[in-house]
This record gives sequence, structure tokens and C-alpha cells, in this order.
Amino acid sequence: MAGVVLVTGVSRYLGGLLARRLAAEPSVTRVVGVDVIPPPQEIAGVEFVRADIRNPMIGRVIEDAGVDTVVHMNVIATPTFVGGRTPQKEINVIGTMQLLAACQKSRTVRRLVVKSSAAVYGSTPRDPALFTEDMGARRSPSGGFGKDSIEVEGYVRGFARRRPDAEILTLRFANVIGPRIRTSITDYFSLPVVPVPLGYDARMQFVHEDDCIDALVLASTGSTTGVVNVAGDGVVTVYQAVAMAGRPVLPIPLQGAGFFGGMTRRLGLADFSPDQMSFLAFGRGLDTTRMREGLGFEPRFTTREAFAAFAATAGSAVPGAQVVGDAVSGVAGVASQTVLRALGAGSGR
Amino acid sequence: MATPRRGALAAGADRASGERARRRSTPLLGADPVETAPDGPPSGPTPVPAPPPSGSATGADSTTTKAASKRTTTRKAPSRKTSTRKVTTRKTASSTAAKAAATPPAPPRTTAVTPAPAPEPPARKHRPSPRVTSAPQPRATTQAGERTGRPRLSPREKARRDEAARRPHLRLAQPAVPPVDLPPPDPAVADAPSPGGLPLPDPAELVEALVGALRLGAQLAGVAPEDVEARVAQVLAYLRRRVEGEYDVDDFGFDPHFTENVFYPMLRPLYRHWFRVEVRGIENLPTTGGALVVANHSGTVALDSLMVQLAIHDEHPAHRTMRALGADLVFQTPFVGTIARRSGSTLAASEDAERLFRRGELVGVFPEGFKGTGKPFSERYKLQRFGRGGFVAAALAQGVPIVPCSVVGAEEIAPIIGNMSTLARLLGVPYVPVTPTFPWLGPLGLVPLPSKWIIEFGEPIETAGHEPGAAEDPMLVFDLTDQVRETIQQTLYTLLMQRRSVFF
Repeated sequence: MAGVVLVTGVSRYLGGLLARRLAAEPSVTRVVGVDVIPPPQEIAGVEFVRADIRNPMIGRVIEDAGVDTVVHMNVIATPTFVGGRTPQKEINVIGTMQLLAACQKSRTVRRLVVKSSAAVYGSTPRDPALFTEDMGARRSPSGGFGKDSIEVEGYVRGFARRRPDAEILTLRFANVIGPRIRTSITDYFSLPVVPVPLGYDARMQFVHEDDCIDALVLASTGSTTGVVNVAGDGVVTVYQAVAMAGRPVLPIPLQGAGFFGGMTRRLGLADFSPDQMSFLAFGRGLDTTRMREGLGFEPRFTTREAFAAFAATAGSAVPGAQVVGDAVSGVAGVASQTVLRALGAGSGR
Repeated sequence: MATPRRGALAAGADRASGERARRRSTPLLGADPVETAPDGPPSGPTPVPAPPPSGSATGADSTTTKAASKRTTTRKAPSRKTSTRKVTTRKTASSTAAKAAATPPAPPRTTAVTPAPAPEPPARKHRPSPRVTSAPQPRATTQAGERTGRPRLSPREKARRDEAARRPHLRLAQPAVPPVDLPPPDPAVADAPSPGGLPLPDPAELVEALVGALRLGAQLAGVAPEDVEARVAQVLAYLRRRVEGEYDVDDFGFDPHFTENVFYPMLRPLYRHWFRVEVRGIENLPTTGGALVVANHSGTVALDSLMVQLAIHDEHPAHRTMRALGADLVFQTPFVGTIARRSGSTLAASEDAERLFRRGELVGVFPEGFKGTGKPFSERYKLQRFGRGGFVAAALAQGVPIVPCSVVGAEEIAPIIGNMSTLARLLGVPYVPVTPTFPWLGPLGLVPLPSKWIIEFGEPIETAGHEPGAAEDPMLVFDLTDQVRETIQQTLYTLLMQRRSVFF
């Protein structure tokens, strides 16, 4: 199906992986990767073009290569990687605008795949348990990545209106996690002591990085259109996740979280934007019926397995925490066994 | 894939990068500026070594690159391959290049995503191998959102695990060992890390000692030691699973492990001994499949929903879990919202209700909401308006039966004689009650009065017989809502007539 594929954001981890996988696809004849910085290492089978999607020059790249499928991977979730909130927003919003303008002018572009995020649904106590693709945010995210994602999807809808002949697929991913990827969520769960909002235990959904790439490959080479949620099955709560990562928790009141978040951000430990905090307090779940029936994608990892894959590599930040945790669970396990055995002996008498 | 197009792409890209180079004064995302190598073959210091077949190709390419790099300023790329690889090596030591040329390719660096360096097939010869250009900088790797592997286990940790694996797991100890304090079973209060190895005495010994002490204590207190032991074993097993995160939570946040082990046991004394709940008509609830339990709501603090939930779990032969639908204020409140979700409640929204019905769950609603719990004592057992009938529409849409449920006794646990409406507005809650005990006795005023409760489940009202679009028919929905409301109201009056007294 797809002939020449353009992948934006190719120098980032997921973009690079996707570009390599697409280059290996038999139906793809050529993969052009675009980013403003060169990829950290060579990507086999991918032509890298150093161009900025915020610049109209991207149109010429599309035109010259005869791109027919554009995979927009350059919506950046973590401000710390690009040098702050302002460049993040500029890349996300202005970059998408320019890219879509170029796609609209192009005669060759037939298909557009956008990697969006479940952040468009926001996170409030009024949320339904699981969001379907047709639901909107109960309270629109007031800033940060969530707002960017909503604006990006707005431009994508505008593009769909102006180019009704193009196939457009928007994938809304739950938080991507895995043994290799680094996001604000992995930073957060790698903290030596994990601060959690006091009195809340949010449900979270994750998608494994391998599943994320598989879904994007399927999306780029297939012909599904519309909006599709992508998430692993099931949910994990914040406390459960912290326990699986083997870290102690530090409950802090939600009111003081802003100050605390500013501090951790300044120290470069983790990113705590307000929407991140509300996600940790209220959580979010995605309905993945359409992913299975529309896109035909079956994730290999459940949410729990995806998080366990991350937790296995996260290591122990505090040297004693693992020992104490093991000791406590060991003592509890041995104790329950012993007591049950003593009980069995007691009833046998 | 014609050659001219290729050249055009190359030229476009070249221009794009030229544009960038000119704008170098405005730093772009911390990227290093593009520099064309002044001289020397660029393939030497590239991070990923080319495999032998492509190695010769690289050598051939390097000459063209060299030729082209001089002409970059003219932006007329004569070669097809030059422009897509921007030669941005910073350490273009020709000696390195010479060494690289002489020696076989260096082993690949252990980078995160090791690309499979496929030899260029002749069929795709036109595609320049993406020999990108700059050495991988640590900065770029971090910016790419990738975690480079950190040392997984410290040697000490590894040694500890080996030793732990070798140690025989259970060693029966002498009960004469004096009981030593166990470490706190909460990971939040981690002790100071003790130096080296497993710092604690053998757990089995500790436990044996503790069990001995417990048996002694139980005998002294006159309780059967076996009961105490069973209890302790349960608690320990529970804690172990919580500490390791070994429990499952469903999509709505329902945590059966917590509910069975903590939540219900905490409510049971209240249910059995304080309110002495009497349950009637439990057989009206279906054993399997979806159903909607509609109950009256009262009692200032919504204890009735918890008691109905426990009644269904404990008295019903299938021990079903009622999934209550709660107002958003519940889920907004810290602790309350968390416990509500863990015990199976979810938001009162038709999406959630219908999803629960599709999964064959037993859903409970209290359609009076805060109007029911916050009504003055003088209006006790008078049903308030039943919301907008959304619950009936959801049940109609899924064709599940509606079971009316009447709760008598909950009105008297905290009779409302006044409402501090200003304070309520300030706090953003629907009401702040004044009861005979509440603000006056302080925290003691929160203790509910020990009224005698009766919970009666009525005959189910079938909704499956209606035509498919019935849920869209407002008149039908209103009629059904009224029917449910009338049933509950009549049952309430009947139960009140039968009740001997409020407290007995």
C-alpha cells in the first residue's frame, strides 16, 4: 500500500524505531526521516533529511520525495527533552500546522497517520471509567501537553475537511512505557521516593513500546481511518505501580503538589506539570474496542505486563528499599506459611 | 524513483539545511550546528561501522563526498548521494580515518537500538544508505527519549540474592528465642539501609517466636489460639500481596482483594451488631447477569449504600458485588473517592452504567442523590425526585431487570434538624448537617445512632420486553421511573407499619 513514507520526529526514540521497522516492510519502497537533529545512531534503510517541520521547507521535502504517506511522530510529550515548555508547544502546534499545510498542498500525499495521545481526554473526577473515541474531555486540559494534543487534533480535523480524499488516522496512545523508552512517567517512577497525591489512587493505562511501534506500523501500512485509542488491557493503580517498581511512596496533598512539582522540575528529577498531577490523582482509562475491531491490532502486553517490563529495568534507587521490601514480603510470606502449617497441625490433633 | 526526482530531493534538503545553517544564530533545540568536514573521508569516525560488503562502498563513497563537500556552498549537488548525508563530524582526525580504513570495522557500540546494518542490495542502489552524519552525542540520546541501560544490580545486591537463593528457606527454630520486633510491614516507612547482606535475622525464627508469643497471649486472654493465628496469617498474606502489588484492579478501579479483606470486614461489625440489618427478598436478585438495584437514599452520611452493598454480598447465595454509581463529588473527595472506586463504585454516568450492564454486573443506584441524604428529619421516608431517569434509560437500553430496594432505619442514624448552608457553600458541599449530636459533641457526633435496619428487595421489573428503541422514548422512561419510585415508597410505608420501634 504505502510507497514512500515520511516520518517526522525520526531522531527521537519511537520515531527512529518506527522508521526502521517501516523500512523493513515489503510494501514500503522508501522511508524519509525528518528531524531537526540527526538521529543518535544510524537508522538502517532510512534517508534522513535534516529539516524543521516548523519551516515551509518541509513542503519541498515532501514534494521532492513524492511522499504518499506521512507519519507525524513529532508531537512531543516531555518538555524536558526539548528545552522547555515554549519550544515544546512550538514544535507540537506550529510544526503540525506547517506539516499539514505542506500535506494539503502536496499532490502525492494520500495518507496521514498522527501519533496523538490519550491526554486529549484530560483527567477529572467526572470522567467515565473508560473513554471511547467519540467522547471528549470533561474539562479540557488547560495547558501543557494535553492542550497541545487537542490543538494538534484540531488541525488534523481541519486538514481532513480540506482534503476529503486523504485517508487520515489518528492514534491516541495511552502512556508509552517499556524497558527502554524514557518519558516523564518513567522518570517519575524512577524517583527514589515516589510522591503521590494524598488520598487518591488513580487508574493508569500503559502501552508497551513494542506494541506502540507495531500499532504505528499497522496504521502506516493499512487503510484504517478515523480515531483509534491504543492501550494495553486492564489498568494499574498508582500505588500498585509504585509497589511493582519497588519504591516507597510519599503522599503529598494535591494542593501542595504545584510547589513540589516545581521543585522536582527545577532539580531536573521529573516533570510535574499540572495535568500530570491531575492524571496521577484521577487517572484515565481507554476503551480499546475500536483498536481491535477497526484497526485489527491486538497488543502483546497488558498494561500490567508493560509496567512490569519497565519496573524490571528501573532498578532500585534507594539501596535499602529493595532489602527492606524483600525482607517484609519474605517475613510476611514465611509467617503466613508457618502459621497456616501450625494451624494445619493444630486441627490435625 | 527516477533519478531527477532524487536529485531534486537532495537539492531541497540541502537548501533546507543551508537555511538552518544560516539561522544558526538562533539555537535550534540544542542541536549542534551542522559543519561540513573540511577534508578527510567522513566514514571513518561514523558511529555505526559498516559491514564488510558495504565497507568497500563506503570507501568509494567517501571520495564523492569529499568532492561534494567542497561544493556545498554552490548547492548544486552533482552526486546523487551527497546531500542526504550531512557530514557533521566534529572529530575528523584523518588519523582515525586511516586507522579505520586499515583495521576491520570496530565492534558496534552498544547503543540502545542496534540497527541491523544490512548490506545495500543492488536493487536499491539509488537509495543512499542513511549514513547520518554526526557522532551520537549523549545529549541527543537523552533528547531522543531513550533510557540508556544503567547498571541493573549492584554487586552487593547480586551477592545478596545469590546467598538468599542458596539459603534453605524454612528453618525451624527453637521457640525459646526471644521475640524481636518485626520491621514495619509498610514500604513507605523504609528503615535506614543496613550495611551489607541481609541485615535481619532469619525470618522463620522471628515468626516462630512471634507465633509462640501470640499463642501465649491468646491463651491468657481466653481466646482460642487457632483463631488468632488464622487472623494473623490472613493479615500477613494480605500485606505481602499489597507490598508487592500482586492484586488486580478492573477497568473501573474495583479492587476485590482490598474489598474482601479490608472494606467488608470493617463494615461487618456495623452491619451485624450496630444496625442489626434484616434483609428480605434477597432471592429477587438474579444469580447471574446484569440487574439494576434502585434504592432510597437517606441518613446524612451515605451509609445505606455501603450496607446494601454488604447485604447483597453477604446474604446473596452467589455473593455478588453491587457496583454502586456515585456522584462526581464522591470521586473528587480524597480518600472517599479512592475507597469508593476500590470497593466497586463508579461514576453515575450512563456510559459507565451501560458498560457495567454489558459485563453482566449488578449495578446499584440511589437516584435521590444528595436530595435524599440531606433532607430534614421531618421529611423522612418521603422519596425525593428520582433524578432525570437516566438509570432507567440505561437499564432499558441493555434490557436488564430493575430491582426496587427499600431501606428502613437509615433515616434515623443522624436526624438532620438544621443545615449550615453558608458553611456548605464555602466548603463546596451540598449541605453541612446539624444533628442532635453532630457539631455539639465534636467527633463523637459522627457516631451514627444505632437504629434497627430492614432492607427489602422487591419483585424485579422486567425491561427486556420493550422494543429496541424504548430507551429513547422519554414517556416510557418517565412511566417506568414512576413505577419504580411508587414501588419503593409503598414498600417503605409497609415496612414502617411493621416496625415495632426505631431502635429494636
